[in-house]
Amino acid sequence: MTTSTAGAGLVHTRRERFGPAEELRRLSAGRPVTRIDVGPGTDGVPVWLVTGHAEVRQVLGDHRRFSTRRRFGPPSSAGRGEGPRPDELIGQLMDYDPPEHTRLRQILTPEFTLRRMRRIEPGITGIVTEHLDAMERTGPPAELITAFASPVPGAALCELIGVPRDDRVDFLRRCHAFLAPGRGRQRRAAAGELLSRYVAAMVARQRTDPDEGFLGMLVRDHGDEVTDKELRGVCVLLVLAGLDNISGMLGLGTLLLLGHPDQLAVVRDDPRAVDRAVEELLRHLSVPHAPTPRTALADVTVGEQLIRAGEHVLCSLPMANRDPALLADPDRFDITREPAAHVAFGHGIHHCLGAALARMELRIAYPALLRRLPGLRLAVPDDEVPFRVHALAHGVDRLPVTW
Amino acid sequence: MELRVDRHRCAGSGLCMAQVPAVFDQSDEDGKVLLNAPAPAPELAAAVRLAAARCPSGAITLHERDTADH
Ligand code: SF4
Repeated sequence: MTTSTAGAGLVHTRRERFGPAEELRRLSAGRPVTRIDVGPGTDGVPVWLVTGHAEVRQVLGDHRRFSTRRRFGPPSSAGRGEGPRPDELIGQLMDYDPPEHTRLRQILTPEFTLRRMRRIEPGITGIVTEHLDAMERTGPPAELITAFASPVPGAALCELIGVPRDDRVDFLRRCHAFLAPGRGRQRRAAAGELLSRYVAAMVARQRTDPDEGFLGMLVRDHGDEVTDKELRGVCVLLVLAGLDNISGMLGLGTLLLLGHPDQLAVVRDDPRAVDRAVEELLRHLSVPHAPTPRTALADVTVGEQLIRAGEHVLCSLPMANRDPALLADPDRFDITREPAAHVAFGHGIHHCLGAALARMELRIAYPALLRRLPGLRLAVPDDEVPFRVHALAHGVDRLPVTW
Repeated sequence: MELRVDRHRCAGSGLCMAQVPAVFDQSDEDGKVLLNAPAPAPELAAAVRLAAARCPSGAITLHERDTADH
């Protein structure tokens, strides 16, 4: 069965409110691997959509036979797995296979340990408090995405990378221009260029005068093992991974909790319940549609389907996280569940480097918001909340609230 | 129950340490898993099993040696 992909993005990016779209569910009903038609983009090479939890883990866990180097996309695009990596992908881990991946990831992993994240925890708490103060000063009402869900991860990212205070507004403006969906290729490329130039200047500054931030530490500890271009790419990767995903989680998660007042009350009032609640929100919402597409390097059977060398594979994270083989009654949102082995952060060697940071931001932000504004509620009818359509991470565009 | 970790596979998520700090640790040097207790106490078995199931890289394996701790 093949499906046309006219409309908003490829079929695996379709959502209906919090879950995968009916169309996506139908497409993969009872079949963990389905062939999809992505139009002329891939030069006629078959593209498989993997939706089963075990099958997604198999593909993402098998970096020997599934490469992440960019080979998927318009046939004209540069860097299709062979030859030198295009400039804009240098340093972006998701485009690297071992052994190059191993080298770069080894340098970065110690900067993201749980202990290191706990050290920046007070900083994140401070950021959350600051934004809640501002909301209280100017509201109600407020628009939660611009007032909270977007600036909190933005400030956290600046804190992590070590963007100087005075530069943050400008830096984040460039980030958001770069991430803005639904823009023409050219405008996005131009925005990417502006961001990239800023980051390159920051890297150059840290080379000569490293501070205590993440970039400063990298330069001090591993200065001669990484190039400036790699450092620049790593920062851009953090922007790609650390803004829309977390703002998506915060906006969508708040909306979901507002629709489940009993579970909202638990997140607000019981600090011991927050860890589990965050895991269930991550699973249920699975905001990234899919990790970087894989290309098979050899013939592999996944879920009884033979995938041939050279063919492409997309893994649907929201579908995998709602696989009845993973947990019972997967469409039910229930923060009292045993944490499931969800794949919201991916799986295998490309598992999200910033997962511990993301979890920490969510664990701090949800209860703080709900405690500070106990009367929080939607300021518009529920069905008027606009969901994101063209974005790498699911979420809501706006969330008008009052309290 | 006997526990093994494959440090080559480990993705450095710190998830295991967050869940069962008595058994797992995370190296400050390379960010990868360290094992505090290769033969965890039976009362930790359930938590360790869950941590192994949730490990995002399949780096934790359990080897049940007898049925006593099942
Ligand atoms: S849960 Fe797995 S990947 Fe994460 S630190 Fe532990 S062993 Fe490594």
